Amino acid sequence: MGALLVFYKKNMKNKILPFSIIIIFGIIFFIFYKGLEDSKIYIPDFNTKKEIPVFNTKEFFSGENVKSSSIFELDKVYLLNIWSSWCVPCRQEHPFLMNLNLENKLNIIGMNYKDNLKNAENFLKELGNPYKEIFIDLDGTIAIDWGAYGVPESFLIYNNVIIKKYIGPLNQELVDEINLLIK
Amino acid sequence: MKFLKFFLIVIILFPLSSVNAEENDKRNKITKNLRCLICQGQSVYDSDSEFANSLKIVVDKKLQEGFSEDQIYEYFKTKYGEWILYDPGLNKNTYILWLLPILIFLIGGAIIYKSFINRK
Repeated sequence: MGALLVFYKKNMKNKILPFSIIIIFGIIFFIFYKGLEDSKIYIPDFNTKKEIPVFNTKEFFSGENVKSSSIFELDKVYLLNIWSSWCVPCRQEHPFLMNLNLENKLNIIGMNYKDNLKNAENFLKELGNPYKEIFIDLDGTIAIDWGAYGVPESFLIYNNVIIKKYIGPLNQELVDEINLLIK
Repeated sequence: MKFLKFFLIVIILFPLSSVNAEENDKRNKITKNLRCLICQGQSVYDSDSEFANSLKIVVDKKLQEGFSEDQIYEYFKTKYGEWILYDPGLNKNTYILWLLPILIFLIGGAIIYKSFINRK
């Protein structure tokens, strides 16, 4: 029995090295394998209850200076829509914005993103203007302040807090969801 | 007299340009550490997309306002999350990333040390 134990110990000592190497590689393999499953695409936080940023900019039609505090009032529901005349999906979502405006339950605010004003005006002439107010973001810095990273993007706002964020064009499903949220 | 004029101009211009260069370096360093979110695998520095160009403007503005590098990172982190930084901080999601190299180094060192002892 004693001899067996000695034999076992002697052999075990030689086996510790390969054994530990296998375990280490196993752990590393496991970690990297798990890493493969993680998404490498940026997924923004959709349910952010963040305060809206404060900014100064120009009004779209008049070119006058406006403050964010004069656009967004408390106790009202707003939908901020970032749009541009060069953005193709914006054309797709435009009819939905028009319908939302007809229902008159919320105020739609437009943020004209890096656009040529002439083109933008033509865009609105062609497809209609659902916006209660439009302000300009000429260099895209205001959009960054909002945490946006492309067009189109929409923010549902109540009491100066972002309730929900919609990335990409709105569709009927999302419009239904908005109607449900603001009831 | 002419020489004096020249000398004065050099003295006035030289510090200005070096300050400018410093700011540029800082801006490049920061934008290299920011991930362009709409172009996969590119930093903001490398990218020429609309988003990246706007981000560069924001970095410039923040630098002019006197923000430090860390404050700028913090600003983008609150806007877009940790993902925008190429060099993430140590937290519960990234501790493996930070500790794994140290762990591997220690275990490897132990193995080498052990095999040395055994050989003797």
